Amino acid sequence: MTFQELQNRAKSEWEALRNSTYILIGTATCGRAAGALATLEALEKELSRRSIEVKTIQVGCMGLCYAEPLVTISKLDSLRIVYHNVTPELVPRLIEGYIMSDDPCLELALGILEGGEEESPYIPELLRFEHELRLVLRRCGYIDPKNINHYIANGGYNGLEKALKLQPEEIIEEVKGSGLRGRGGAGFPTGRKWESCRNAKGEPKYVVCNADEGDPGAFMDRVVLESDPQQVIEGMIIAGYAMSAKQGYVYVRAEYPLAIECLQTALNQAKEMGFLGDNILGSGFSFHIEIAKGAGAFVSGEETALMAAVEGKMSTPRPRPPYPAQAGLWGKPTLLNNVKTFANVPLIIQRGADWFSSIGTERSKGTAVFTLAGKINNAGLAEVPMGTTLRELIYDIGGGIPNDKAFKAVQIGGPSGGCLPASLLDTPIDYDSLREAGSMMGSGGMIVMDEDNCIVDAARFFLDFTTRESCGKCTMGRLGTLQMHETLEDIVAGNGKIEDLDLLLELAEDVKAGSLCGLGRTAPNPVLTTMRYFRDEYEAHILEKRCPALVCSELIAYYILPDKCDRGCEHCVLTCPTEAIKGEKGEIKVIDQEKCSKCGTCLEVCPPEYNAVVKLSPISLLPSKEKGEVK
Amino acid sequence: MVTVELDKVDEIIDRYVGEEGILIQLLLDIQSELNWIPKEALERISERLKIPVSQIYRIASFYKAMSLTPRGRHIVNVCLGTACHVRGGPRIMDRAKQILGIDAGETTPDMKFTLERVNCLGCCALGPVVVVDRDYHGKITPAKVKEIIETCD
Repeated sequence: MTFQELQNRAKSEWEALRNSTYILIGTATCGRAAGALATLEALEKELSRRSIEVKTIQVGCMGLCYAEPLVTISKLDSLRIVYHNVTPELVPRLIEGYIMSDDPCLELALGILEGGEEESPYIPELLRFEHELRLVLRRCGYIDPKNINHYIANGGYNGLEKALKLQPEEIIEEVKGSGLRGRGGAGFPTGRKWESCRNAKGEPKYVVCNADEGDPGAFMDRVVLESDPQQVIEGMIIAGYAMSAKQGYVYVRAEYPLAIECLQTALNQAKEMGFLGDNILGSGFSFHIEIAKGAGAFVSGEETALMAAVEGKMSTPRPRPPYPAQAGLWGKPTLLNNVKTFANVPLIIQRGADWFSSIGTERSKGTAVFTLAGKINNAGLAEVPMGTTLRELIYDIGGGIPNDKAFKAVQIGGPSGGCLPASLLDTPIDYDSLREAGSMMGSGGMIVMDEDNCIVDAARFFLDFTTRESCGKCTMGRLGTLQMHETLEDIVAGNGKIEDLDLLLELAEDVKAGSLCGLGRTAPNPVLTTMRYFRDEYEAHILEKRCPALVCSELIAYYILPDKCDRGCEHCVLTCPTEAIKGEKGEIKVIDQEKCSKCGTCLEVCPPEYNAVVKLSPISLLPSKEKGEVK
Repeated sequence: MVTVELDKVDEIIDRYVGEEGILIQLLLDIQSELNWIPKEALERISERLKIPVSQIYRIASFYKAMSLTPRGRHIVNVCLGTACHVRGGPRIMDRAKQILGIDAGETTPDMKFTLERVNCLGCCALGPVVVVDRDYHGKITPAKVKEIIETCD
């Protein structure tokens, strides 16, 4: 079949769906964690019980993870309504209300789904869509990731069709002209990388997609692979054509089983349709893609380590140069890009470099996909033009901080990034501004911390992470990070000395300078930025033995306020896992500080009308009678 | 190691004979089939594919997805990625350790549970997250950990 015929067939399938009543349910990993599979089961049961013939389609993630499970009912000749937090109990109400009669159940709705096909779908009721510009995410949560026809009907494979009529050099010029920079974090100009690999001597050449999304807190690559994997495949095929490569690999981390499953299905379908394999769309060009599954090593995200893993070897980095573009997989020229970088390519080819470079800022073109997590109301995913400020992203899109707590910091770029304070909220999101502030774009994971999060504990967390994940090859990566981690452990345990702060800074510079790969070179960033912006918190831990956020367990004590304790209730006594709380019924409860494991259960179970349990820091604030019992 | 298991190892090796760069994928397949990688399996791979045991061991001990000790029937993964960490992940881990009476990375003596810490499962928006076998549980509280563990048979 020609592309035109494939497209016509896909479009008529899609039109038929749009001309019926159907239900979309998000069953990506985030949806599943919120219980979407139970909701799906309830939906199917309820529909069959009532003998209603309505198609239920499992889609990926719309980026509104906080509202999962999300169900969209698209009613023929009526509105498409998106419902949030749909538990199985709500299913009969929706089916009776909106499918069987004309009650749109607005009390359960998030909003109306508008757009689609020509423009990216959006929900006008949500302020976030005024800020968002969805290119990579435009089909996510809207099409069935396991049905290639949905992709084709919504603009898919137009880029490849066009690319195959161009010369490889023309494609590279287009990518160069677009100003696209690597979406994996470092921001290297994609076109230059392509050109360098194209010009490198050596056969065969390889194309590799880095889907080893190891940064904790970043999950956009997972979402793209689970929601719209074909765009990544299409981008890789175009890259393969431009490199005259025959073989591509996608390296996906082991922790993403569903992403691997969706990608495998997508690859099979692309092959069946003739987009992959021999003689693609009759062009004479052949290209194959295989999945290489990761095996759980953070360092594999580093490009040279990743290639070692694809070769089936231990995943450790090697010095660069030579860069992969010259000598990569099996020593051959290899083009290695991130999931989102490839996902941007089909649109650039289809709509042109000028269109793409009109989006974003002077030096950062296109959009940025960010994940929002931590202390934020609307946790999920967002895609905004480069240059959008952190404040817009966190407050207008993310809906701000829950429970009226104060914003403390936003951590960007995972263990390689930095924590930025409230004073930098107006920083525009682009490669250069973030680097200037001491952080980095990184993979795009953004974690918001509020007043209840301890900044020193966060720095310790990241160094703990990098120490564990160091592959052990270079000294600074292995021991420099370890020494930094131990110093931070001392500080959070109240054993820090004020000279430790200078030592940490000195060590940070050494680790940056002396590490072999990016993992080590950027590992000190979380410490450097937190020391730069939150030095007072470090000093409080060291000089006053006080954790201002009441987090570090060695520096806090739980205490029951005698005048607030109800006496009659025994919630804390009964739930304390170490039996540390004394007091008969009718007596004021007292915590035995020696037995207390500081798990916080008492604080959680104390009924809100009493709120008698508090955390104190430093421990010296405890009334003297109880203090005597502290070790 | 029982013969049946070694047969399975052989079957898996058969799929990869003559291919390049397959060691990791091969070990992952054995891991998923047997739930761990016994010493005999390493020896068998070495013998059949003519790769030194030391080289296979090096890989099997490097990657976290591979286990050289038997694992429990249920794998309890507590996510301690950044997002889960700031939303109370460490307390979930403490609770899981206390309930199971083991440390992270260990297996209960009755071989029922293995407790693991993972860096990030990518459902950060619903943290803290616990995954038991392949079931994802979001927005977990210490009390819910107990409930989830108790429902495993």
